[in-house]
Amino acid sequence: MLTRRAFSLSVVTLGLLAATGTAGCEKKTDDLVVGAFLSLSGSDATFGEDTKEGIELAVEELNKAGGIKNKKVRVLYEDDKSQPQEASNKVRQLIDRDNVLAILGEVASSRTMAGGLIANTKKVPLITPSSTAVEVTKDRDYVFRVCFTDDQQGDVAARFVWETLKKKKAGLFYAAQDNYSSGLANSFKDHFKKLGGEIVVDKGYQKNETNFTTYLSELKSKEPEIIFVPVYYNEMVQIARQAKQAGVPGTMFVGGDGWDSHELLDGAGAELEGAYFTNHYAPDVPWPNSASFVAAYKAKYTYKGKPKEPTSLSAQGYDAAKLLFDAMKRTPEVTRENIKTALAETKDFAGATGSLTIDKDHNANKPIVVVQVKGGAFKYTAQLMSK
Amino acid sequence: MVAVPDNQAAGASRARLLRLGAMALGLLLFIYVARSVGPQKLGETLVTGLTQGAMIALVALGYTMVYGVLKLINFAHSEVFMMGAYVGVFVLGAIGIANPLLSFVCTIVVAIIGSSLLGITVERIAYRPLRGRGRGALVRVTPLVTALGVSVLLQNAAQLFFSARYRSYPQLITGSMDIPGVGPVGKSRVIILVVAVLVMIGLELIVKKTWFGKAMRALSSNEEAARLMGVRTSWVISSTFALGSSLAAVGAVLFCIDQSSVYPTMGTAIGTRAFVAAVLGGIGSIPGAMLGGLLLGVLGELVKLSSYSGSIDAPVFVVLIAVLLVRPAGLLGSNRAEKV
Repeated sequence: MLTRRAFSLSVVTLGLLAATGTAGCEKKTDDLVVGAFLSLSGSDATFGEDTKEGIELAVEELNKAGGIKNKKVRVLYEDDKSQPQEASNKVRQLIDRDNVLAILGEVASSRTMAGGLIANTKKVPLITPSSTAVEVTKDRDYVFRVCFTDDQQGDVAARFVWETLKKKKAGLFYAAQDNYSSGLANSFKDHFKKLGGEIVVDKGYQKNETNFTTYLSELKSKEPEIIFVPVYYNEMVQIARQAKQAGVPGTMFVGGDGWDSHELLDGAGAELEGAYFTNHYAPDVPWPNSASFVAAYKAKYTYKGKPKEPTSLSAQGYDAAKLLFDAMKRTPEVTRENIKTALAETKDFAGATGSLTIDKDHNANKPIVVVQVKGGAFKYTAQLMSK
Repeated sequence: MVAVPDNQAAGASRARLLRLGAMALGLLLFIYVARSVGPQKLGETLVTGLTQGAMIALVALGYTMVYGVLKLINFAHSEVFMMGAYVGVFVLGAIGIANPLLSFVCTIVVAIIGSSLLGITVERIAYRPLRGRGRGALVRVTPLVTALGVSVLLQNAAQLFFSARYRSYPQLITGSMDIPGVGPVGKSRVIILVVAVLVMIGLELIVKKTWFGKAMRALSSNEEAARLMGVRTSWVISSTFALGSSLAAVGAVLFCIDQSSVYPTMGTAIGTRAFVAAVLGGIGSIPGAMLGGLLLGVLGELVKLSSYSGSIDAPVFVVLIAVLLVRPAGLLGSNRAEKV
């Protein structure tokens, strides 16, 4: 009995050793190595997977076209399991163990904050594709972003509601414990009030709540003209379905970039017919690079057997990688310091999500798109610059 | 009647006083809330709260039944719930919703089978080998840690096999019906309430009227004695897991038809509330789990009307702590001293 257990234990140990051994020794020294830390598992796994697909597409295109200075680029992906603590561990690993030149990563602001702190201390440039919280790049010399901030997004949403939809009374409904959701709701509130609008009801719900009926009838009873709901798509599906039962029409809802997913259309496309949301891009946006990106992406990936429509997360993963490669090409010699300087000098970079300029705070100045849910698809409606 | 020592009698009367005070306080609070929201909205909120509570109760029953027979808090129960929801989404995807009633029944039946098999397997593989091993505190702690491990394992397995995508159920039951005095209520809510009540009545009959129920109660009060009387304890334990998992499966399908998407970590949110409901009602007590679930459901909905709508769990836990201070064994739990 004892010998059998000892035997099986040693087999397991050997197996583990073998597994770690093979993983450790496939280094090719002549490639330019870039790291990426993403939520490839855990609660936000779709975010990580979508972003990774965008990055992979950019790398493939780059290497096919000859790479950078005759060297191929290789991206090492690390999974932070949707946890901030893991995010900082993975960034540390990428820098200390793999000695990467630069880092791409994270969608959720909380995790980019954690990883960005390490990268900034170790002086390695980091580009986040999709973290919109204002603090992410604040006082961090080596952290950049290719997306807009929540403050810019709230501003555009408020102006769209006020100027284009001409609504004067708005309600707010958001996940109270979620930084993204409550932050964007606050930003909308500030900008909408500044324009002269009135917030008639301000309702937070607990994250992971699934029963919205009571909230919705409470919202309805305060008679807002529109309800701003900056939440993630998965919760929006349930909100929209229950809103229909509670007698709140889909056209009353306005959302943020968290709505962008196929699942929203699959789950509640009909209920949300006519609703608007602010986003980084739309598949039919009239920008030349967007169309070519969408075509290349659809050729590479499939969803339920059909060519896959890219989400904005994929588009931004693609743009973050392209921006990094663009900066690397512009450097006289590819070092971390040179990449950082080149990134800071980026001007009118033509990405799939619009033309962007990196400002002095390392944020991206770029147009924000307003998208409408129409006939089971996302349709481009307008583009606005944040003031 | 045996004579009770003086200090114990004094303790009992103080406890009774405390209980009366707590009930009066609760009643006053409820009247205050009812007056401030008005009867129409209160009716709506109560119905929503009862359906929500009924679903929480279905899951809470699984925790409480397993605790009753094994004195084990089965943390993997919320994952059995999640797997039940996955089985449901796959069945509905395969058979479609051309005939809503047939689809509904099929989904529930298949989900029950899937979940009970999983529940039995978990017990067989992870808990049974540990039973009766170890000494002292380890007898309790080892299975508890194992339960946590199984929970993590199942969550990750779900992610590996089904991906982390949020899947939503097709809308099987839509529309609403008028209930006098309350106004329109979603049909799915009415069905949830009816199904949950029927299931709970069925459970009560099983526990009180059948041989299996008797064996389960015997096991719960004294495992050693039950075995000596000829009860096949391991069979009863397996069946208890199967029964608890079936209830979770029914809860999961109802939950997803009405309000939730399916994703690997979906068990945690409702699992926590169900566990609290079981403790609130008195863990190990079946009517206690039902009462605890309904109370939590209604309380949660009432909080949503207030300006603290963003943090429902805070008042829920305040109530839990308050109840446990007055009645450490929970509302309907037995205060029997445990032999160690």
